[in-house]
Amino acid sequence: MSILLDRDTKVLVHGISGKIARFHSQEMAEYGTNIVGGVVPGKGGEIVNGVPVFDTVKEAVEQTGASASIVFVPPPFAADSIMEAADAGIKFCVSVTDGIPAQDMMSVKRYMRRYPKAERMRLTGPNCAGTITPGEALLGIMPGHIYLPGSVGIVGRSGTLGYEAASQMKALGIGVSTSVGIGGDPINGSSFKDILELFEADPKTEAVVLIGEIGGPQESEAADFIRDHMTKPVIAYVAGLSAPKGRTMGHAGAIITAFGESADEKVGILREVGAAIAPDPSLIGLTVAQSLAKAS
Amino acid sequence: MDIHEYQAKSILANFGVAVPRGGLAYGPEQAAYRAREIGGSKWVVKAQVHTGGRGKAGGVKVCENEEQVFEAANQMFGKRLVTDQTGPDGKFIYRVYVEGAVNIEREIYLAFVLDRKTERIMVVASASGGMEIEEISESHPESIVRSIVEPAAGMLDFQAREIAFQLNIEAAQIPQTVETIKGCYNAFRELDATMVEINPLVVTGEGAIIALDAKMTFDDNALFRHPDISELRDKSQEDLRESQAADRGLSYVALDGEIGCIVNGAGLAMATMDIIEIAGGQPANFLDIGGGASPERVAKAFNLVMADKNVKAILVNIFAGINRCDWVAEGIVQALQSNPVDVPVIVRLAGTKVEEGRKILASSGLPIIRAGTLAEAAERSVEAWKNSTKTETKPTILQEMAS
Repeated sequence: MSILLDRDTKVLVHGISGKIARFHSQEMAEYGTNIVGGVVPGKGGEIVNGVPVFDTVKEAVEQTGASASIVFVPPPFAADSIMEAADAGIKFCVSVTDGIPAQDMMSVKRYMRRYPKAERMRLTGPNCAGTITPGEALLGIMPGHIYLPGSVGIVGRSGTLGYEAASQMKALGIGVSTSVGIGGDPINGSSFKDILELFEADPKTEAVVLIGEIGGPQESEAADFIRDHMTKPVIAYVAGLSAPKGRTMGHAGAIITAFGESADEKVGILREVGAAIAPDPSLIGLTVAQSLAKAS
Repeated sequence: MDIHEYQAKSILANFGVAVPRGGLAYGPEQAAYRAREIGGSKWVVKAQVHTGGRGKAGGVKVCENEEQVFEAANQMFGKRLVTDQTGPDGKFIYRVYVEGAVNIEREIYLAFVLDRKTERIMVVASASGGMEIEEISESHPESIVRSIVEPAAGMLDFQAREIAFQLNIEAAQIPQTVETIKGCYNAFRELDATMVEINPLVVTGEGAIIALDAKMTFDDNALFRHPDISELRDKSQEDLRESQAADRGLSYVALDGEIGCIVNGAGLAMATMDIIEIAGGQPANFLDIGGGASPERVAKAFNLVMADKNVKAILVNIFAGINRCDWVAEGIVQALQSNPVDVPVIVRLAGTKVEEGRKILASSGLPIIRAGTLAEAAERSVEAWKNSTKTETKPTILQEMAS
C-alpha cells in the first residue's frame, strides 16, 4: 500500500511528443512506472517511447484503462488539458507545468467540482515535481534514486527542497512510503490537508513530513487537521524565515500578504498542534529520526 | 506586474468606472497645460510611481492655480519618492498625473483580490476609506465587508447591491455604485488581474461615485494573452537587477545582506537564505535558477549576483535531480574561468553524480570552497563572508605599498 500511485497504476502522458515530456516519460518508465499511452491532439496513431499516442484523453482511457495522468502541456493550454483529464475519468493527475494563469486554475477547480466526490479527479500541482512511491513508480520529474522505500510520507510545495529532505532521510536509513509535491502556485489541485488525510488513512505510512513555505492559508488549514484528526506524528519545516513581506519568492504562491502567512507564524501554528519542527533545513532528516524514535 | 494609477484609471473607465478628468505630463510645463485643458479652479498633481503611501510622502499636491501646478510638478520630476512601502531607495518620478479636484463628501475603500482560501475573487470593502486596509483592519475591523464571487455566474447585480447597502450608500447612488463594483470585477476577470484597489472611492457633494485613486496588479503568468497590458510595464519602477533577471528567466529578489545565493528551486532557495541567517549571516538575495541548473544559467546567475556591490561571498547550492552534479560543476568552472569573481565562492552540490562533480571542482584549480551538507555550506559561507569583510581594505593598502 501507498497513496495515489503504485507499480500497477496505468499512466498517460499529456503532451508526450514534446522534448521534455519524452525525456521524463523515459525516466519514469525506467523507474518502473506503468506508462500505457500519451495524448497529443492531432498525433493520434503515432508511437512515442514505445507507447501509443491518442488524440483525446477519453479515447486513451477507453483503449488503455489508464487511471492516472501527467500534464507536460505548455501553460496556455495546460488548464484545458487538466479539465479534459477530469472529464475523461482520470482519477489522479499531476500537473508539472509552471506558469498557468491563476484564473485558469480557478476555472479548473470550479470545473472539477461538477463531479460527485467519488468520481472526482485528484489533482496535484501545478508547478510541482510530482509524486513518487519509492521502489514502485514515479509520476513526475524527481530523481528516483534519492528515495529509499519505507514508511514516512512526504508532502511539500517545493521540488528541490523535497529532494533535500528525502536525501537527508536516506542518509539516516529512513525510507519514504510516498512523496507528494503539491506545487508552488497560489491555487493548486490538492492542499496539505488533502494529502495528510490520505497519509493518515494509509496503513503503510507511520509518520509524515510536511514541507511548507511562506504565503497562503494551507499550512494553517493543515494544522487544524493535525489537531483534530491526525494520530501519526508530523514533522514540519517551513521555508522563508528570512523572506520579506509582499515579495514573491520564486513560486507564484510564495508571498506574504496576510496575517498568519509568514514562516514564523506558520511554524508557531504547527508547533502548537504538536508537529515536530525542524529548526533549520539541514535538520529535517534528524528531526524525523527523533520523532520516529519517540513514537516507537 | 504593477501599473500606474493613470493607466489603471483609463482601464477601469472603459469598464464603466467613473474617474476624475485628468491628463498625463512628462514635465512641469505640460502639467500646467493639462490643468488649463481640464479647466476648473482646483487640481491635484500626483506622482506616478508604483507604490502606495504617496500622499504622506509628498507625492500628491493640491493646487489652486497653474503656477502652483507647475511648481508642484517641478518639485516632483526627477526625484525619488520614498514612501513607507518603497524602501530607502524610493521610486523615480518620470511622470505626473494632473486631475481636476473633486468635492469629497465620503470616502470608501473598495478592493478585489484573489482569495487563496476559497480560490475565488473576493471583494473587500469598507465604509472607512482613505486609510490603508491594514489600518482599517486594526482601527475599524467591524467595518470590513467581504464578499466572494461565484466564478461561473460572475458579479451579480444583487451581490453588488448588497455590498453597496452594507457600505451605507444612499439609495440614489446605488445604481452607480453597482456599476462601479461590476466594472472593477469585470476588469479583474477579463484582464487577469490579481488585485484591483480603489482607495478612496468617493461620494461627491454632487452625488457622483468616483474612483479617486486606482491600483491594479496583473498575473505575470497571464500576460501572454494580454499584449496590451504587457505594454504598460514600466521598467523604471522596478529594481534594475530584478528586471534584468526576469528578462533572463531567472527569479531574483534583492535583499540587504552580503552573502549572495545561487540556488536551484524556489523552496531550496528560501531554505538556503534561512540557514545563512541561522548561521549568523545575511543573504544578499533570493535567486532561483530553475530546477535544471544548466551551465548557461549558472553563468548568468554569477553575473547577476556580482552586479550587487554589497556581495562579499557567494554560496552556490545545487541539488541536481534529473540534472547531474558533474555537468553543474563544469558549468560553475566555466562561468568562473570566463568571468572570475573577486569574492570567495562556496559550492555545495548534492544529488546525482555528486562525487564526479566534487572531483571536477577540486581539480579545476579555482579557489572554490567546497561544502558537503547544507549546514556546512552555510557555516563556510558565513566564515568566508566574515573574513572577507575583515580584510576588505587590504588590497588597496598593498597596492599603495607596491607603487
